Amino acid sequence: MTFAVSFQKVSRHFGSVRAVDAVDLDIVPGEFFAMLGPSGSGKTTCLRLIAGFEQPTAGSISIFGERAEGVPPYRRNVNTVFQDYALFPHLNVLDNVAYGLMVKGVGRPERQKAAEEALALVRLPGYGARRPGQLSGGQRQRVALARALVNQPKVLLLDEPLGALDLKLRENMQEELKSLQKALGITFVFVTHDQGEALSMADRVAVFNDGKIMQIGTPEDIYQRPKTRFVADFVGSSNVLPPDFVQRYAGQHRWGSLRPESIRIGRAAKGDGVAARLVSTNYLGATIRLALDAEGLRLHAIVPAGAALPREGEAVVLTFNREHLHLMDELG
Amino acid sequence: MRSDRGQSAPIGLKLAATGGLLFLHLPILLIFVYAFTTEEKSFVWPPPGLTTQWFAITWNRPDVWQALSLSVRVAAISTAIALVLGTLCAAAVSRTKFFGRETISLLVILPIALPGIITGIALRSAFALAEIPFSFWTIVLGHATFCVVVVYNNAVARFRRTSGSMIEASMDLGADGFQTFRHVVLPNIATALLAGGMLAFALSFDEVIVTTFTAGQQQTVPIWMLEELIRPRQRPVTNVVAMVVVLVTLLPILAAYYLTRDGDQIAGSGK
Repeated sequence: MTFAVSFQKVSRHFGSVRAVDAVDLDIVPGEFFAMLGPSGSGKTTCLRLIAGFEQPTAGSISIFGERAEGVPPYRRNVNTVFQDYALFPHLNVLDNVAYGLMVKGVGRPERQKAAEEALALVRLPGYGARRPGQLSGGQRQRVALARALVNQPKVLLLDEPLGALDLKLRENMQEELKSLQKALGITFVFVTHDQGEALSMADRVAVFNDGKIMQIGTPEDIYQRPKTRFVADFVGSSNVLPPDFVQRYAGQHRWGSLRPESIRIGRAAKGDGVAARLVSTNYLGATIRLALDAEGLRLHAIVPAGAALPREGEAVVLTFNREHLHLMDELG
Repeated sequence: MRSDRGQSAPIGLKLAATGGLLFLHLPILLIFVYAFTTEEKSFVWPPPGLTTQWFAITWNRPDVWQALSLSVRVAAISTAIALVLGTLCAAAVSRTKFFGRETISLLVILPIALPGIITGIALRSAFALAEIPFSFWTIVLGHATFCVVVVYNNAVARFRRTSGSMIEASMDLGADGFQTFRHVVLPNIATALLAGGMLAFALSFDEVIVTTFTAGQQQTVPIWMLEELIRPRQRPVTNVVAMVVVLVTLLPILAAYYLTRDGDQIAGSGK
């Protein structure tokens, strides 16, 4: 099978800093692939390696079967939506979008027609005559998207494209990006530090930390079955349980994770379970987040709003289904 | 509580300001007046009579044309060299980080901070040491040292304001290095270069000190004027040429000022 993007033991070092460290990665054609991780985890460097702005220190990269090392950005059939959009301030919106076709030598009427179509695709028809400076952040983002799509790339790279937008706009754009990707069938590679964004949009997610990929899988895999403490903690703030604790409930001495919504809260008097004390409650709208202290271990639970709750400081008993306790690869 | 708004300044302040401005600009006006005097051996006030004959005489003096042509050629070529080197240097300093970057930045700006006489002597002894005969090109080299600074300062300020990802975006969209420069970099720094170039041209055109040290027998306009003042013959010709010089240098500086007043400072314009 030919992968859209394939990394074989790719490293990118800056001096003594290992920004990307021996990464193996295969991205399937037509998938929406998210690279998730905290800042400095190497996800953006991976994106720049695909775009051609960085060259690997070691390893090999291929894009649709072709070796990419040494190929300059302008000879790759890959386009990028930049974090700061990087629109050209001296050109109007139409010329910005038509830029890629202009440098390829496509005639003016033809490239303007293509640019108009791309603008219509991102729901900005008729904005061609404006200057980037006259647009709002969300509109600039759409122009940047149209400008990248007009070249009909095989892979579209998106570098935290929603980071600068406000919440409402961001949610709209998430849906739009997702349906745009479905309609066009182009491989999208999306870099983000927002786990919610990655889970809701991507077909598969790679979780980065310290220049390495911690886990690759579907959003459900990553969320329900984290392989390491880092993934469990970073993706959706799971409760990370130490080996001694897990030993008691699952009989195996290894790290475990338990999703906050899997924990049930009971009165201290009845039944067995984990004895704990309610430390604080946090109202989140549809749900309430509880902080609990179980024998010195800080746990979080999420319960539906409106449920009868003990008072803060009160002793409670925590119960959960054994199958919800996920055992991670990390041993004690 | 008192407010100065709407009140006119005290009479003493007005007088002082007027006096200061007159002190600065009357001599220039005087030069213009002497261009029309009938007395040719010495400058006498008031002029014994007025005439426009000196314009015709100036027009027919080959030495004036030689000096003027030399000055224009020197200024044009120094400016061209400065535009290329200054832009490249500004691009390197503002786009990349490397060892000694700040030092290079300082060294580039130094020639305009140094007195012209130091630059002049340094260049003269360097030329003598390398046994380079004084020529048109030694003048150009001398002038290029300070022209580069002006262009560099303007370009560096503009580069700092343009986003680096724009260049990456251009490459990403399929433009090679040349196309990126032509379609993205140049349009973004064009007005800064125009302003820097005009200023460099004006600086070169009226430069005396460095020229004195780097010229051989050739005379640029300012050198020609100095020589001319010693000779008691057709003196008002000098004044006619002075008028031309004022116009040729003032207009570019004004243009440079208007092109960049939206934020860029024209560093080095005080030389």
